[in-house]
Amino acid sequence: MTRPRTLYEKIWDAHVVEQRPDGTCLIFIDRHLVHEVTSPQAFAGLRASGRTVRRPDLTLAVPDHNLPTTARKDAAGNRLPIADMESAAQLAALETNAPDFGIRYIDATAAEQGIVHVVGPEQGFSLPGTTIVCGDSHTACHGGIGALAFGIGTSEVEHVLATQTLLLQPAKTMEVRVEGEVGPGVTAKDIILHITGTIGAAGGTGHVIEYTGSTIRALSVEGRLTVSNMAIEGGARAGLIAPDATTIAYLKGRPYAPKGADWDAAVAYWTSLATDPGATYDKTVVIDAADIAPSVTWGTSPEDVVPITGTVPAPDSFADPSKQAAAAKSLAYMGLEPGTRMQDVRIENIFIGSCTNSRIEDLRAAAAVLKGRHKAANVKWAIVVPGSGLVKAQAEAEGLDRIFTDAGLEWREPGCSACLGMNPDKVPAGERCASTSNRNFVGRQGPGSRTHLVSPAMAAAAAVTGRLTDVRELID
Amino acid sequence: MAPIEKVEGRAIPFGLKNVDTDVIIPAKWLKTISREGLGKGAFETLRADPNNLFDQPEYRQAPILIAGDNFGCGSSREHAAWALGDLGIRVVIAPSYSDIFSGNAVKNGILPVVLPQSAIDRLMEVAATDPIHVDLDTQTVTTPFQDRFTFDIDPFRKMCLLNGLDEISLTEKSDAAIAAHEQMIAKTQPWLTPTLA
Ligand code: SF4
Repeated sequence: MTRPRTLYEKIWDAHVVEQRPDGTCLIFIDRHLVHEVTSPQAFAGLRASGRTVRRPDLTLAVPDHNLPTTARKDAAGNRLPIADMESAAQLAALETNAPDFGIRYIDATAAEQGIVHVVGPEQGFSLPGTTIVCGDSHTACHGGIGALAFGIGTSEVEHVLATQTLLLQPAKTMEVRVEGEVGPGVTAKDIILHITGTIGAAGGTGHVIEYTGSTIRALSVEGRLTVSNMAIEGGARAGLIAPDATTIAYLKGRPYAPKGADWDAAVAYWTSLATDPGATYDKTVVIDAADIAPSVTWGTSPEDVVPITGTVPAPDSFADPSKQAAAAKSLAYMGLEPGTRMQDVRIENIFIGSCTNSRIEDLRAAAAVLKGRHKAANVKWAIVVPGSGLVKAQAEAEGLDRIFTDAGLEWREPGCSACLGMNPDKVPAGERCASTSNRNFVGRQGPGSRTHLVSPAMAAAAAVTGRLTDVRELID
Repeated sequence: MAPIEKVEGRAIPFGLKNVDTDVIIPAKWLKTISREGLGKGAFETLRADPNNLFDQPEYRQAPILIAGDNFGCGSSREHAAWALGDLGIRVVIAPSYSDIFSGNAVKNGILPVVLPQSAIDRLMEVAATDPIHVDLDTQTVTTPFQDRFTFDIDPFRKMCLLNGLDEISLTEKSDAAIAAHEQMIAKTQPWLTPTLA
């Protein structure tokens, strides 16, 4: 009998091409997602060395990071130019590089266009048990369907394009088990914020985290993608959730998913991937779902999480002196005083979107809160950015766009938007944003921007009241 | 990647300590789409001064740069190595480097030579008037005045630089193993190759 193995070990073992004496492994990459920002120099490198893309069939390119989220075509259906010259050049480079190297390309105006990490699972391009890479740090997202997914840098993008492999050190394994039923108003985002607050921003360093337990099993695939998306915020190299009936039902019939007899073979394989009974993790953290409240960040590290009913902590409430210093700096940047009730923090900007929270379920949750309500007068800028053109179409078919616009929010075209302050969607310096994205770093949403990470329902609640708000007060 | 064995030519007697990657290539160049042309942005802030070293006729196209302690510290941007390469630099000589920079340099065919400050001082003197000779094979730096300094380098890095091997070239040596893996997948898990219905 073979040794019991974890989900991570099974996927890893199935992809080792070669092991080097120092333990580094050459790992085969099943799927490579490419976008406009981290790929131009990689393609330039290939050209300079006369190399080709080894497996264009395993590569999918789609622009998302830089694209403005305003209308992409005029009334006559002509494409509108991008004002920022560097963004336009990066987009143009991808548009040339993809066909030059024979890579599938989803155009900026195509119905399927969207954020790479939304598009991959939605198209059935990302599959359980595969290795996936992308030049974006939130590639861990695809772990939500049971894929081992890593964010990589530009040199590695070129390495994967040329060789379809990556040199990696095996990771340690960490189990984060969440058990029990969540209370009202608690979503997948609150679960991952709570986990990040519990294990800390470095809690998963050197590990791949597998999320297990009844609470995780009860999540939809959309919710699982949200959880795994932020594995990186807990310091982990990747996140994983074992594929199960929910995953399989989600993937069935998707454009790139296997069909017919292939489908049956794939399902049999995916079902065999779950961690074996008796397999051990290097580290386990157990969380009781009953302890998870609708959550919000107060600082500039994703571990700076409190329940919405909580207060801004005092720096000296932390035992670690370096954390005390970091907290003091965070509070100065965020313009917050210790002891302030989170619910008294006024908000000027609302961002509902990003690969963490821009899927249909997220938009439904936000719309449920906003229905028949209007944004508060002090909320100056509030945008809803669907994760893909298909999510957008679905939301419009359900009438969600009308709920948003009636509530005074803007309904945008798909893309990364205000997640990263690289395109025109930015939060002004000194202003706050209740944001459904994944990073509250200094300047992440634009220079001087102050980010409070929340779930879509909580962002919607903040839009209605103009301050951070316990969504449970607005739902029954 | 061009192999390096012997490099002879003028050396820029730069000598500054703690030069960070933002000095080597300012952040505004990070939004470019190619690796070429970054030489224009290399040391842009310093080169705003018309009397800067880099643009003196005798140092244009100089293949060697002499720097101070902790060269290439700060942000991990690989653009720093690209910019130096585009400027024509093949060898940097300094008492120490940031780890990330020296890794990126080797990856991009630039030899980071480590020599003690006393040797740097002497080379700075020579560089003002005469060429310098670097021999990777014998791990020596020599001058027309009989100076001879030897340096250490990790054998793996030396092998990569001597043969012009970047990481991709190294992985390409495993081509047969990669092909075998692909064939195995095609046979046992044909559904892994995506097709549009
Ligand atoms: S939404 Fe943000 S995290 Fe996600 S892919 Fe875009 S930039 Fe990266």
